[in-house]
Amino acid sequence: MTNGWIDIKNTDMMLIMGANPAENHPCGFKWAIEAKLKRNAKMVVVDPRFTRTAATADLFLQIRAGTDIAFLGGLVNYAIQNDRIAKEYLVNFTNAAFIVKEGFKLPEDGLFSGFDGRSNYEKETWNYEAAGGGGGGASQTPPEKSPSAAGGEMSSTTGGGHQAAGGPGAAGQGGPKPPPTMPENVAYDLTLQHERSVFQLLKKQFSRYTPEMVERITGIPKDQFLKAADLFTSVRKNGDTKKAATIIYAVGWTQHTTGTQIIRTAAILQLLLGNVGRAGGGVNALRGHCNIQGATDMGGVFDIFPGYLKVPAPSDTDLATFLKRATPTQSKPGEWQSYNYWSNTPQFMVSFLKALYGDAAQRDNDWAYHYLPKIDRKYSWTEMWDYMYQGKVKGLFAFGMNGVAIGPNSRKNIDALKKADWLVVCDLYAEETAEFWRAPGTTPEEMKRINTTVYRLPGAGFAEKDGTFVNSARWLQWKYVALPPPGQAKVDQEILGRIFLKVRELYQAEGGKFPDPIANLSWQYIVPQSPSFTEIAKEINGRALADLTDEQLAPGQTIKAGQQLPGFAWLRDDGTTACGNWLYSGSWTEAGALSQRRGTDDPSGLGIYPNWAWSWPANRRVMYNRASCDVSGKPWDPERRQVWWSEKEQKWVGNDVPDFKTDSNPKDHMGPFIMNAEGVARIFAPLAAFADGPFPEHYEPMESPIANPLHPQQSNNPVAEKYKSDVDKFGTVDQGFNIVCTTYRLTEHYHYWTKNNPMNVQLVPEPFVEVPAQLADELGIRGGEKLKISSARGIYIAKAMVTRRIKPMMIDGKKTYQIGIPIHWGYRGIKEDEGKTALTPVNDLSPAAIDPNAYTPEFKGFLVKIERA
Amino acid sequence: MDVPRTMQIQEISAHPGPVPGRGTQRAVEVCKYIDVTTCIGCKACEVACVEWNDHPFRETTFDDTYQTMPSTEWNYWNLIKFVEHERDNNFMWLMRKDQCMHCEDPGCLRACPADGAIIKYENGIVDFQQENCIGCGYCISGCPFDIPKFNPQTKKVFKCTLCSDRVGQGLEPACIKACPTGCLHFGTKEDMVQIAHSRAHQLKTQSGFANAGVYDPQSIGGTHVIYVLHDITQPEIYGGLPANPVIPPSYTYWKWFAKPAGLVMAALGVLAVFFHRVVYGPKLPQPEAEAVVTEHPDEVDAARKERP
Repeated sequence: MTNGWIDIKNTDMMLIMGANPAENHPCGFKWAIEAKLKRNAKMVVVDPRFTRTAATADLFLQIRAGTDIAFLGGLVNYAIQNDRIAKEYLVNFTNAAFIVKEGFKLPEDGLFSGFDGRSNYEKETWNYEAAGGGGGGASQTPPEKSPSAAGGEMSSTTGGGHQAAGGPGAAGQGGPKPPPTMPENVAYDLTLQHERSVFQLLKKQFSRYTPEMVERITGIPKDQFLKAADLFTSVRKNGDTKKAATIIYAVGWTQHTTGTQIIRTAAILQLLLGNVGRAGGGVNALRGHCNIQGATDMGGVFDIFPGYLKVPAPSDTDLATFLKRATPTQSKPGEWQSYNYWSNTPQFMVSFLKALYGDAAQRDNDWAYHYLPKIDRKYSWTEMWDYMYQGKVKGLFAFGMNGVAIGPNSRKNIDALKKADWLVVCDLYAEETAEFWRAPGTTPEEMKRINTTVYRLPGAGFAEKDGTFVNSARWLQWKYVALPPPGQAKVDQEILGRIFLKVRELYQAEGGKFPDPIANLSWQYIVPQSPSFTEIAKEINGRALADLTDEQLAPGQTIKAGQQLPGFAWLRDDGTTACGNWLYSGSWTEAGALSQRRGTDDPSGLGIYPNWAWSWPANRRVMYNRASCDVSGKPWDPERRQVWWSEKEQKWVGNDVPDFKTDSNPKDHMGPFIMNAEGVARIFAPLAAFADGPFPEHYEPMESPIANPLHPQQSNNPVAEKYKSDVDKFGTVDQGFNIVCTTYRLTEHYHYWTKNNPMNVQLVPEPFVEVPAQLADELGIRGGEKLKISSARGIYIAKAMVTRRIKPMMIDGKKTYQIGIPIHWGYRGIKEDEGKTALTPVNDLSPAAIDPNAYTPEFKGFLVKIERA
Repeated sequence: MDVPRTMQIQEISAHPGPVPGRGTQRAVEVCKYIDVTTCIGCKACEVACVEWNDHPFRETTFDDTYQTMPSTEWNYWNLIKFVEHERDNNFMWLMRKDQCMHCEDPGCLRACPADGAIIKYENGIVDFQQENCIGCGYCISGCPFDIPKFNPQTKKVFKCTLCSDRVGQGLEPACIKACPTGCLHFGTKEDMVQIAHSRAHQLKTQSGFANAGVYDPQSIGGTHVIYVLHDITQPEIYGGLPANPVIPPSYTYWKWFAKPAGLVMAALGVLAVFFHRVVYGPKLPQPEAEAVVTEHPDEVDAARKERP
């Protein structure tokens, strides 16, 4: 979330799309209700089904799964055509005025400039024009030899991925040519009239997304679309700058082959309307698990380290090379300023290395940089299973997740596990992954041939562990142990600690190819077998390794060696600080654990609660909050003022922590989006920020009932990833797969856990398939009868829930049906063990088609056929 | 702690004479307010009810709906009713939390013939006292909302207590505590009615629900559970909420006429016996009466057999 849960109460307008917060985030949803009750805020819900969220909406539109960019693009077009945009914000706080390099081509035919004809873009033209007419780019960077990775598997996704967070200038992953860079001095046109200005290109790009086109693609009738467009953009009606609108989304957006670009479209819309950085505004991702935000922050993805630091590639032969690539440099109009906070990457990185390797990280060994793994290819979720299916990955540690049930294409995951040598599962239940051989279809003969050794470790439940949860609003909230783990169950850190110590012992005794990273890992805990989370949280915050002073930051103050750091501004790249995650620096200072704070004072009434827990970064609750003020530093809405420029004090002050260089006078025109090299927000995302285009474009899901009406010859995302195994099949309408299927969770259940809990089973006892009443009539099916749903990959049998909450749709002139299947069942659980379910995971149906930026599979909007079982 | 003195018994079913202690303490009428328009059907209230009251789990089956079970049960007092409602192309998914309405004039209590099985507190809570319940089931037919449910094992009737145990200690009912969106509120009847009307006004003026209104049916003297509905003119669409709930006339007849009349007739009977005695004297033993207790049942049998 750019904002936070409570901040939703400050909004005037909500667009909830790709999310079903009433069902999946009911506690947070109270703030949406609060906005309705207290501010008369309006709520627009767009979803393939009429959900429980839709039940409280002012306007609901049924959309075909996977066509979100078409809808949002239509809103962008509507806002521009009807002048419902925040002009001052747009010109000064975004790159709308920047001029794009000549040679850049919009995807009228479905392809941006630079497509290599296979599955990749050369991105030289996806760049700004340098002021004075030069091209910027490669000429500024002397060519360097890249000894490895040239032509390696990673190059197929040059850029993109989670690494994009750090800035496009840094994203090239080796390859024969040095990656192009952004020009230091960007050409711009404040009138926004230049034909290659970002704004004119945006206008042109989305002019194709007319209400008629939106109707053809999404199935939303034109009049309904116009009603929604008018309502949502009404916050900028007649030049109003006071109102704020928020966009709320979740995995309904991410789980598509265009997932990242859907979110991009939402961000562009919010930037056009000037809603980012403001109370009641923002682009707000609802996280689906209590600590999934924390998992991402701490580098729970293969290509990022904690704090969204990049993971080096083999071409980064030493720390300096890596840092040069990973640290963006300013790229902006000459007259403007850019804080470019990622310029501190060396400080963050060296402090991270010191936290990892302690005294073994010294200047003369490049701060142990060479201990770090280098990513020579993608190691994302689906790759991992694909490699195991190919027999290349021999073993798997499955902690706190049910990989078989998660899918996609669960059958493949089950078959992959049959080929593995070993599997370690740490869970509370003997779930589908732990007992993968119980999946229906495994014959006794096949059972005899499975040689996978399965180790089950007794994990502890969430209430049996302390530590922090990081919520969607980026708050680190400490939780306490409610009861000790039962029986032989152990907390995670003990299980991991004991495994680590044993592995280190083996390396120390027997050596190995490269024992140093393991042997030298800093492990200075009081109880090494089970480090306390107190120690780990303090280590993540960071501490001084030598006495530190900083006359600018804190005149006269000395932080003594060994003391906790007050925040990331103190981090150094000379080995005098250690910090596990720069973003969390400030969460456990000499003042104690700020994540344990429970202050309920809220002086501003905006729901900031500055003394409740601790929010990254630097305890600020709304990110980019400098943008809540106009160019001169005055709040757009004085009644919802978060921060502002104080002429008297000559600095930024306010109710929230300013997300800005606090002494930067508005006259200096520093951009509010300090994490971007440009200082402003990116409507056009240059270079390798995204794998599939600097602007979003609607592509059909990998399995779609129609050819893309925008460009039938290039229907799908050209750089989306598919796999080549014999079980990675895709269905077409011609083969009879003519129903659009989407998958989701129910409020009554939590993933694949609660099928083991009688209370949840009582609430929703059995799996079902939601089927439109008209389709049921056509098929002669009544509610409660068993249906067989099949995709090109598998089948799923469950009872029909015949409903009027999903209507038939007209898609490009063709009557099209959608169905929906909740994901919660499998082959182990209360009802499963009673034989009351089909025993196959829903994800037997879903395809392994992957978003090229975030590597998320397309769990929503694939094709199935439906018949009576 | 200042415990609100809200748990004063006002009436006792089938109990002769005044209620002990009545009127000695200040009474505050309590009320549960349910904003149907912001209920998200998350069932947190259902779970809270089951857990607080320690109810055993029920076996449920898929029934073509999101609704947990068709109706409230003796061990499931709180049920959200899900209704797909469509009119004039306007689709709505209605979710109404169904439970005891704690009527001001409770049909169950009117109908109950068992002394002390149903009581109504001064604060409006209608509570069943299962130890006094005779399992006759009259309360079930006396309820206009189909709430009390019979447990065939214990032969007793159960329903929502409005968490009288919690309310007596100054706490809100468990369902209110669990509600994540705040569509449930608990307080004095006066306050809840006021909140409900202002919400209904907001729905009318801001959300385009011209018929929004408060459900607090006066036909039974009002209820201590009130709803805000999008359309007060059609409460039936919300899973069968009666527009004009009434206690079945037979029970009114029973309470106000038949029962007193019966008592009068019983008294007359006693009087008749008395006067019969006075006029005709005691009934004398008949000579052929053989129904004397004998120590030898066989002899009696033999004597019977001998009779023609």
